[in-house]
Amino acid sequence: MANLHLQTVDLIKRFGGLTATDKLSLEIERGELHAIIGPNGAGKTTLIAQLTGELAPDSGRIHFDGEDITDLPVHTRSGRGLARSFQITNIMPDFTSLENVALAIQAHAGHSYRFWKNARKDTRLTEPAQGFIDMVGIGDRAHVQATNLSHGEQRQLEIAMALATKPSMLLLDEPMAGTGPDESARMVDLLRRLKESHTILLIEHDMDVVFALADRITVLVYGRAIASGKPEEIRVNPEVKAAYLGDQDGGHA
Amino acid sequence: MNWILLLEQVLNGVQLGVLLFLLAAGLTLVFGIMDLVNLAHGSLYMVGAYFAATFTSWTGSFVLAIFLAVPATLLVGVVVEVICLRTLYQRNHLDQVLATFGLILFFNEAVRLVWGPAGLDVPLPDFLNSNFEILPGVPYPTYRVMIIATGIAVALGLYFLVAKTRIGMLIRAGATNREMVGALGVDIKLLYTLIFGLGAALAGLAGVMAGPIFTVETGMGEGILILAFVVIVIGGIGSVRGAFVAALIVGLIDTVGRSFLPDILGLVLSNQYADTAAPALSSMLIYLLMATILAFRPAGLFPPSNG
Amino acid sequence: MARLRIVLLIGLLASLALVPPIATWLDEPFYIVLFSRMLILAIGAIGLNLVMGYGGMVSFGHAAFVGIGAYMVGIGSFHSIEDGIDWMASGFFQLPAAIFVSAFFALIIGAISLRTKGVYFIMITLAFSQMLYFVAVGVEIYGADDGLSLYGRSEFAGLLDLNSDSAMYYVNFVTLGICLYAVHRIINSRFGLAIQGARSNERRMQAIGFPTFPYRLAGFVISGVICGIAGFLLANQTDFVSPDMMHWTRSGDLIIMVVLGGMGTLFGPLVGAVAFLLVEEILSSITISWQLYFGPLLILVVLFARGGIDGLLRPRQRADG
Repeated sequence: MANLHLQTVDLIKRFGGLTATDKLSLEIERGELHAIIGPNGAGKTTLIAQLTGELAPDSGRIHFDGEDITDLPVHTRSGRGLARSFQITNIMPDFTSLENVALAIQAHAGHSYRFWKNARKDTRLTEPAQGFIDMVGIGDRAHVQATNLSHGEQRQLEIAMALATKPSMLLLDEPMAGTGPDESARMVDLLRRLKESHTILLIEHDMDVVFALADRITVLVYGRAIASGKPEEIRVNPEVKAAYLGDQDGGHA
Repeated sequence: MNWILLLEQVLNGVQLGVLLFLLAAGLTLVFGIMDLVNLAHGSLYMVGAYFAATFTSWTGSFVLAIFLAVPATLLVGVVVEVICLRTLYQRNHLDQVLATFGLILFFNEAVRLVWGPAGLDVPLPDFLNSNFEILPGVPYPTYRVMIIATGIAVALGLYFLVAKTRIGMLIRAGATNREMVGALGVDIKLLYTLIFGLGAALAGLAGVMAGPIFTVETGMGEGILILAFVVIVIGGIGSVRGAFVAALIVGLIDTVGRSFLPDILGLVLSNQYADTAAPALSSMLIYLLMATILAFRPAGLFPPSNG
Repeated sequence: MARLRIVLLIGLLASLALVPPIATWLDEPFYIVLFSRMLILAIGAIGLNLVMGYGGMVSFGHAAFVGIGAYMVGIGSFHSIEDGIDWMASGFFQLPAAIFVSAFFALIIGAISLRTKGVYFIMITLAFSQMLYFVAVGVEIYGADDGLSLYGRSEFAGLLDLNSDSAMYYVNFVTLGICLYAVHRIINSRFGLAIQGARSNERRMQAIGFPTFPYRLAGFVISGVICGIAGFLLANQTDFVSPDMMHWTRSGDLIIMVVLGGMGTLFGPLVGAVAFLLVEEILSSITISWQLYFGPLLILVVLFARGGIDGLLRPRQRADG
């Protein structure tokens, strides 16, 4: 148990009659890239929302870095080092890329009850922000309003914002969604680099990416983990084949 | 404590409650389905009251005036919807607040031009201007009994309309999923106009019935509009059932509070202070109630199912 | 266009600075009073704009804070004469009282209202201001419905004498300048970016680690205080306070000024207040039923000029909805 970074214990979340998370117990070790796959509606995004604190589970506990974080609000979890990117791009649209990332840095640079000094010119915010923007590969787009970025660039900005919060663990919700071939190649490259320094929980539909990057994979169906293991074990698991990989042609878009 | 006085005040509270419900039902439907904040809803109430005054003096019959004034208000509502409000459905709430605020200014001034600045009285026919023995030896004005009965009948009618009819099915569907109603091949524009007209007619009915009790004057719709807002916020915006429950609660607390708070305060404070504090405090009661409810249930007592 | 906008703004500020000498020269002292009212309401609108324009919180109750500020002057004046408590006539008491009491109420009202979102927020702020309005109506000792006439304007012994219209005007003008500068600093500070981020995307702000609620609340309090200061000035300007200052339609007027001038722009509230009172003045000099025309005009502005006057003067760069 020593090296568990994130752990859920019997997590349950219901919406009306639908069980989105069904007694889910996950164990994610420090430093691994753990992918979660499953057909649409398997409860992947619901799971992330519970991990980040946007949704409260009906029962069960969440442990992060050995501490119970189940009842902590979203912003406190971010302070502990848990960062996420969103499946549907979620940025501050009327801020520039640089300002988006600078805000993420500001959030972790003490309180923001500073009413007088111009924060847009504060190099303690803008310099590291530029660094993160460069790192994800959109350095030349720093002063473009986020709403005017291409879809792929917005996905990269998402990651830069997550990184700017200095997380120890990243929750990435379909970072490839809607990106073109070039952009997704760059994203895979970026994920491979991030893997060196962060624990990552990755939700992704692109099986090639998942099997190329993941250390371990958990398969989620109707909120339940039907299998968990190394990529090569998952690939040959008959239950997984039946539930998910088998109907790959029709199972997902 | 005087039990007969309490009973009377409770009935007065119920009567205010059903008037508030008539207003709040339209507001909450229009908000729940069209996502429109309509500040000018109180103006329709005012227009209804003025129509009642005019038609009563033309026909000499208040009862006849009811049946003329309600459709007339409905018509005004439909015209306003088609000319102005229809374009606001897609807009944000701030735009809606501003535009309908402009409508209030327009209606208040228009009414002043047409009917003059002085308030009007609506005389009641003899058979309504009498007392009714609700309990042996306890008389209560017949007209107020009629208001309560009408209000409850309308509430039942609305319940039937929403729960049992095709229009009601569309209304409920529209409140949870606007696109779906369009996908059903329903003429959305017509449906919206109909719903708005229904809300206008209910507001008009409230105005007509309020006519003989309050003075008919410009601006009469604003005070009660804000009460109606309190009602739909407490009830949960979009919920007709919530509006009914909240309207009764607000009507009761406001009325009963106003008449008994001075006595209650008199028990703890000296008379002089109680007399000073009571009027201010009793008009605060429902707002305190609203604040308390929202502090625990930010989406009201009966939040719409889509969250 | 952008240069035209700056030239017009400088022209507006310069002409506002010159109102008293020109009005005196024309022998029309009424204009000093009219433009004083514009400046004061502009301060109120600047306060509202901080939460509404920059913070994305549409408050329909900010007239309450104006009223609170005004009543502190009225109450001070009342007790200084009726009960002989001299220090209550002093501006050194009344102004801090206006600031602290409006801050206190903004803190409570904000703390409850900010738990809600969207239309609930609009209505709950409306309801709270109505509540304070009824309190003012119900308090007989301070004149209830009729309000209070001041026995005298706030006394700033040895510093200022507010008793001439010109002096009052320049106090308003300088206060306006201070408020504009302060808001300019605030919106570009870390705090300002935090509340603007919360307007833009609250969920994301929380995800990157901002507790958005306390920042929004702080913004609400600052904005309430600015409105309280406007109320302090308004009471002195009109020598009178009444519940009508807190009526919900006054809150509506403030919203109109902000939107008319350009929401979320520094000078928008000033431009909006000037435009609002000019239109009111011109229409009401033509017809007594001026609201018959003002209402539809407002609707037209909402439907066709969404960025307000500022939006008309700006190059169309952002197509935000």
